[in-house]
Amino acid sequence: MLINPGFAANIRFEEWSEAMKVFRTEFPTAIGQTIYVTVLATVLAFAIGLPLGILLVIGEEDGIRPLPKWFMHLLNIVINLLRSLPFLILMILVFPITRAIVGTIVGTTASIVPLVIAAFPFVARLAESSLREINPNLIEMAQSMGASPWQIVTKVMIPESIPSLISNATIAITTILGYQAMSGILGGGGLGKIAINYGYYRYRTIVMILAVILLIILVQIFQTIGTKLAVKSDKRLRK
Amino acid sequence: MIEIRNLTKTFATNDGSVEALKGINLSIPDGVVYGVIGMSGAGKSTLVRCMNLLEVPTEGQVLYQGTDLAQLSAKELREKRREISMIFQGFHLLMQRTVLSNVCFPLELIGTKKDEAEKRAMELLKMVGLEDKANVYPAQLSGGQQQRVAIARALATEPKVLLCDEATSALDPATTNSILELIRSLQQQLNLTVVVITHQMSVIEKICQYVVILENGAVAEEGPVEEVFSRPKSRAAKKLVYPDESADGGIIVGPGEHFLRVIYNGSESARKPLIAQLARDTGILANIAYASTKSVNERAFGTMILSIKGSQEDADKAMEWMKTVEGIIVEEVNEDVN
Ligand SMILES: Nc1ncnc2c1ncn2[C@@H]1O[C@H](COP(=O)(O)OP(=O)(O)OP(=O)(O)O)[C@@H](O)[C@H]1O
Ligand SMILES: [Mg+2]
Repeated sequence: MLINPGFAANIRFEEWSEAMKVFRTEFPTAIGQTIYVTVLATVLAFAIGLPLGILLVIGEEDGIRPLPKWFMHLLNIVINLLRSLPFLILMILVFPITRAIVGTIVGTTASIVPLVIAAFPFVARLAESSLREINPNLIEMAQSMGASPWQIVTKVMIPESIPSLISNATIAITTILGYQAMSGILGGGGLGKIAINYGYYRYRTIVMILAVILLIILVQIFQTIGTKLAVKSDKRLRK
Repeated sequence: MIEIRNLTKTFATNDGSVEALKGINLSIPDGVVYGVIGMSGAGKSTLVRCMNLLEVPTEGQVLYQGTDLAQLSAKELREKRREISMIFQGFHLLMQRTVLSNVCFPLELIGTKKDEAEKRAMELLKMVGLEDKANVYPAQLSGGQQQRVAIARALATEPKVLLCDEATSALDPATTNSILELIRSLQQQLNLTVVVITHQMSVIEKICQYVVILENGAVAEEGPVEEVFSRPKSRAAKKLVYPDESADGGIIVGPGEHFLRVIYNGSESARKPLIAQLARDTGILANIAYASTKSVNERAFGTMILSIKGSQEDADKAMEWMKTVEGIIVEEVNEDVN
């Protein structure tokens, strides 16, 4: 086979300049969208998942505020069920809910709905594991001083597990970032959408690679900030 | 007054049930330091945990100032618990809060205003000698300092009773002494009733007026410390008071040898040259086979075993003589000292 090297170089060059153009025009918005969706979805997932995580811990039979058995079973089943659905399938399944809430199923904002639904059960489990880490003696100490279940949750369980909650929030946000990128396939915005549109539909490998690199950088940034905050917030360490 | 009536506690475990307490009857008067001693697993922790209902009695009652704690509603119980504070072997400080904020914790629970709570917490930290550590975190303190914080915290809501479960077991002897001293002085200043759990005789000797000896979930012996320690009746008490004697299986009485146990019960006589006087007055020579004396509430207590070589008459004569000495009790030791 004969390939004209000059021709190949020419294509490379054109692909590069196109990629650079996309990088300058579309990437800034895409990065903004990705961060916006990821952060907002994480916050909302925590708003739902953290209370559920608390219920999972305190509502147990020997917890500080036992809840009816049927309720605990139901809660566990719902969480496990949602967690076992692959994200893209869940996204399709919740289209009616998305439409009802946002009015449309495509676009950056619309993708927040399935992201939150996919992430809150995960966050509930993460919160549960953080809250379980705390020394049960501390809870007993608070009880011996006459603390109510609500006071134990707000003054002992949550404050004492802050470092672990921050670590787990970091795991949550990086996972949600991954889901967010995936949502690009089904109408979500951001870096994932660019990667799929250019890389998959139009064979613009360079654009796709750039998008992936940016996703990696974002994960690194979130992880670094999260780890720093977790360490900084932990007063158990002698600093 | 804390009254414990026929208290039984049974734990259900995977391999059968454990009877941790078997029909305990006790009454703890107000304003005393009351010791609970016993071997590991005797049920000491379970007993005090029943006193603030951290453990719900299986049978029997815990009456605090005449109220049966088990009959209270959840809310009433929470209120009562503020009068019955507890400190633990592991201190149980909130690690993400400063020392000051830890002491404020029980005040926060009852809704005390922040500045008021902090003022009170500072006073308490002064009482336990840690006012300069107010703004550090517990992880930066030594064990003894952490226990002081826990004591300050336990006293924040002005409780009437302080339960101490092995409060000094994680500390070295010098720190143990300083914590015990602190507990005793606070007890006197605030007229607290203090219940001290320990497996160390020295702790009881240092600060308790009353003691109960638990053995396998039952009361082996109970009463004023001086009485129990000078004339232990039960096997469990003897084991605690004469640990060395029983450790090597007791003293073996050889032919023509007699052993007399001399018990000092806290008077001045411990300082007199007893053996020399015995020899001078009766001509009987005694040898010390074993001796252990200690100071309980600043008075001398102890036990000594004298060996006398000679006839039974000599031994009786020596006994008669010693019975005239004030402040000691004497008895002949036959076979096994246990
Ligand atoms: N929650 C529990 N479940 C099952 N068994 C228990 C429980 N708590 C205590 N026990 C059992 O009850 C008995 C008394 O325990 P307790 O903790 O009161 O002993 P203790 O005198 O405080 O011992 P130590 O000096 O070792 O602290 C032990 O046999 C223990 O195994
Ligand atoms: Mg114990």
